[in-house]
Amino acid sequence: MTPLHLCLLISTGLFCIGLTGALARSNTILVLLGIELMLNAANLNFIAFWRFGPATSQANGMIFVLFAIAIAAAEAAVGLALIIAVYRHQKNIRLQETSHLKG
Amino acid sequence: MTFALILIAVLMLGSAAAAMLLRNLIHSALLLILSWAGVAMFYLWAGAEFVAFAQILVYVGAISMVVLFAVLLTRQNQVADMLIEPATRLRAISAFTVGACLAAVMASAILSSHFRPPAAAAPATDVKQIGLDLMQHHGAALLIVGVILTVALLGATVLAATEAKRNREDTP
Repeated sequence: MTPLHLCLLISTGLFCIGLTGALARSNTILVLLGIELMLNAANLNFIAFWRFGPATSQANGMIFVLFAIAIAAAEAAVGLALIIAVYRHQKNIRLQETSHLKG
Repeated sequence: MTFALILIAVLMLGSAAAAMLLRNLIHSALLLILSWAGVAMFYLWAGAEFVAFAQILVYVGAISMVVLFAVLLTRQNQVADMLIEPATRLRAISAFTVGACLAAVMASAILSSHFRPPAAAAPATDVKQIGLDLMQHHGAALLIVGVILTVALLGATVLAATEAKRNREDTP
């Protein structure tokens, strides 16, 4: 097994942990954090292919990851602001009980 | 080399899994910060130092603070969290099944695929080259990311601030 296989398996594990958490937990913050874990797994793949892939030219993989981190930061900020807004409105952030958004 | 990778992977995956399993939200957030630090260690292992420090700055430094603030601001009584409803348990079991099946499919696909042998050494990238690449080839994308971050900051502020005003109007 080459190091690239190992890196891809590790990122698969991280992605599936994030997916399971996002689907299973009922707390909205943990769902958001599960999505962040999936984004991190994708970034791991970028770096793995940049380092061990066949065409290792330039810094393309790193630049991809930098942009992905920036987008993830924006997404986390907006998501957590939404969670705080919903909590102010309904005094609850469990997914089952915030089933209606209007009013 | 491989031993260090396995050590980093155990730290990263173990803390992420524990964070998703624990019922205490603060413990989960702290373990996820540890997991993000593990991801940064992986970047260092792979030779992408700049990305590793960006990961530490953004995730371990900034997003962790935002998450901890959100956890503390939306804190509620612990009793409701301790109850496990049957629907929640069913959903957890089905989510675990979905995750395990997806992991099995992706792992078999990865193990059955053949990649070309990697380059002998890590591609040489210093910070100067990354900066030149960002500014020359990806200048437009860099500007757009700046706009996105500004809009996200404004949007987050508006979302978190206007709701309070409306609540105050609602309650006579």
